[in-house]
Amino acid sequence: MLPDRVIRISGEDARVEPELWRYAGLPGEDETALPTGPVVEPLAAWLEKRSELVARPEPVGVWLNPDDDPAQIAADLAHVALVAVHFPKFADGRGYSTAFLLRTRHGYKGELRAIGDVGRDQLFLLKRCGFDSFALAPHRDPEAALASLNDFSLRYQGSVDDARSLFRHRADGDLTA
Amino acid sequence: MYRYNLHDQVIVAERVAQFRDQTRRFLAGELTEDEFRPLRLQNGLYIQRHAPMLRVAVPYGLLSSTQLRKLAHIARRYDRGYGHFTTRQNIQYNWPKLEEVPDILAELAEVEMHAIQTSGNCIRNITTDHFAGVAADEIVDPRALCEILRQWSTFHPEFAYLPRKFKIAVNGSVEDRAAVLLHDIGLHVVRGASGEVGLRVIVGGGMGRTPIIGHVIREFLPWRHMLTYCEAILRVYNRFGRRDNIYKARIKILVKALGVEEFRYLVEAEWEATRDSPSVIPEGELARVAAHFQPPAYEPFAADDAGYLALRSSNAAFDRWAQRNVHAHRQPGYAAVSLSLKKTGVAPGDATAEQMEFVATLAERYSFGELRVSHEQNLILGHVPTRDLEAVWREAREHGLVTPNIGLLTNIVCCPGGDFCSLANAKSIPIAEAIQARFDDLDYLHDIGSLDLNISGCMNSCGHHHIGHIGILGVDKNGSEWYQVSIGGRQGREAALGQVIGPSFAAAQMPDVVSRLIETYTELRHEDELFVDTVHRLGIAPFKERVYCGDRELAHAA
Repeated sequence: MLPDRVIRISGEDARVEPELWRYAGLPGEDETALPTGPVVEPLAAWLEKRSELVARPEPVGVWLNPDDDPAQIAADLAHVALVAVHFPKFADGRGYSTAFLLRTRHGYKGELRAIGDVGRDQLFLLKRCGFDSFALAPHRDPEAALASLNDFSLRYQGSVDDARSLFRHRADGDLTA
Repeated sequence: MYRYNLHDQVIVAERVAQFRDQTRRFLAGELTEDEFRPLRLQNGLYIQRHAPMLRVAVPYGLLSSTQLRKLAHIARRYDRGYGHFTTRQNIQYNWPKLEEVPDILAELAEVEMHAIQTSGNCIRNITTDHFAGVAADEIVDPRALCEILRQWSTFHPEFAYLPRKFKIAVNGSVEDRAAVLLHDIGLHVVRGASGEVGLRVIVGGGMGRTPIIGHVIREFLPWRHMLTYCEAILRVYNRFGRRDNIYKARIKILVKALGVEEFRYLVEAEWEATRDSPSVIPEGELARVAAHFQPPAYEPFAADDAGYLALRSSNAAFDRWAQRNVHAHRQPGYAAVSLSLKKTGVAPGDATAEQMEFVATLAERYSFGELRVSHEQNLILGHVPTRDLEAVWREAREHGLVTPNIGLLTNIVCCPGGDFCSLANAKSIPIAEAIQARFDDLDYLHDIGSLDLNISGCMNSCGHHHIGHIGILGVDKNGSEWYQVSIGGRQGREAALGQVIGPSFAAAQMPDVVSRLIETYTELRHEDELFVDTVHRLGIAPFKERVYCGDRELAHAA
């Protein structure tokens, strides 16, 4: 279900790294006991076991389903080392708005990862909405996918990566044409 | 018209490269059909009954002669020598080869065109009034706003995978020629108390299987906030629109489920949080874009040309054409001209490569090299001196483009239907042709007067049958094709949805059904009353009675 490597962006640099996290409660993953090591909990579990999880010595993350409201985790974002957004199907675009809200409205600054049915042809858009790491579906080659992070060199509209639209840049005098 | 700058050109070129690589990976087996489908759809590429179908964007229906010539070249080089102009002011090719589509897109990019987001669950081509910049009742030329929306919606990262397709229309005049009440978002330009320009925001209209007239959710939105407000609407829709059932996934269903008040509350709350973002449109940006839509260099005429008026009184055929296909222009001595793509025997909206090249030249000679595609699937020359109307008529007649039927019964709006489209339940083109053949007497046709007849081959309603004065919908019953008839629909400010008159009919019955509707009208109409007004005055009962009871054989007991 999950790949053993992920794409991570750091500054201008994107690279493929080993997956260090384990995910509890993902569809298809058989988990009963709390796994050891860095673990990403579903939002429902986080809300239920919040104090226990905050007290854990290992880093803790939380993952959201498409219909989870990111406002529910807003107050706890300082305590999590990773927020993952699950895409059960890549054509389900709710996670893009989830990311936008986490990054803008809720001010999340930590690592934001897209997991699930994620392919290279979504990377450019996901990155724009504030994702900075990507667990591609296991049959997809993350090394080949890196190129698609830069499918476009210009963007008409503002988003998380750059709030200023092309016309705003033009108005601010950073563009010549 | 809008001309690309370096940035626009780069974005389109990068899209071509991206799609070329996606197509390569699909053909190499690296992308599955399921993975490739949304990618090709967002480039307007369907897999249809016979071959792929490519839908090319004509942003807000505006074309230059150079672009139309390129469309003709593509029809000839990559297709079977013709194209089909659609009810969303775009053009479709029915026979391209998948592996050649990246080359077609590269050719389009050479003339500042593309197929971006002409399909798929994303923001589609922005549409507007085909008389933008021409109409006397215009408040603000909507095309600059349309272009700003086009750019904003192009690859909007948050809204590429919406629950369903999303259509935005802008109307800049008093009368509504853009069907803003029948779009996911309709923006109607209005002036505030002190003359400032704003937009009335209408949400949740649409046709398809659940036709709904849109709801006004904001009476006055300052134009600078056009993008921030659309973004708020889209975010609410992206998060909360249904994704479990594609037939219930349009925004109209969300608005209905939440109720207009709750929907408005969510949008306004979202907007409050983002309204002062850098997406507020600066004056300078509107001015920059609007500069592309300045009026052409008109000659100063005092009035309509005397020779034109004289010919109208001496030549009945010319006069008939002038009555229906020549439209008033705000500039003295000028007119707009509809070139009819509705000749009997030709699929409505189809144009051959030769016709396109001819029209491109005609536009260069007589209309500043600019054309429009109407949502009624005709081509329009925007600014013809009345002095030149005779020449335009004589030349266009040689190419079968002067059928004097604009606004008349035979100006049928019609989707490609079961002959081409894999979604269709029934054929639509042969129905249109049979009706056109029945009403080929021009005197009778003109006597019937303005009448919109729309045909859709399935309930996706690309032929806009819900707003036809007479609407025809193809339905499938146990594997055979039947046609349901509605009357009383209309477009414009008083937009209304047609009412179904009863059980459906077989294809062969359709000319008789339409004849009976028309006979009922001509017997019952008041002087100067349009068909649709008679229907609204009397209701559907007399029409229904005539169609079904006059002859038992006509009624199909379904």
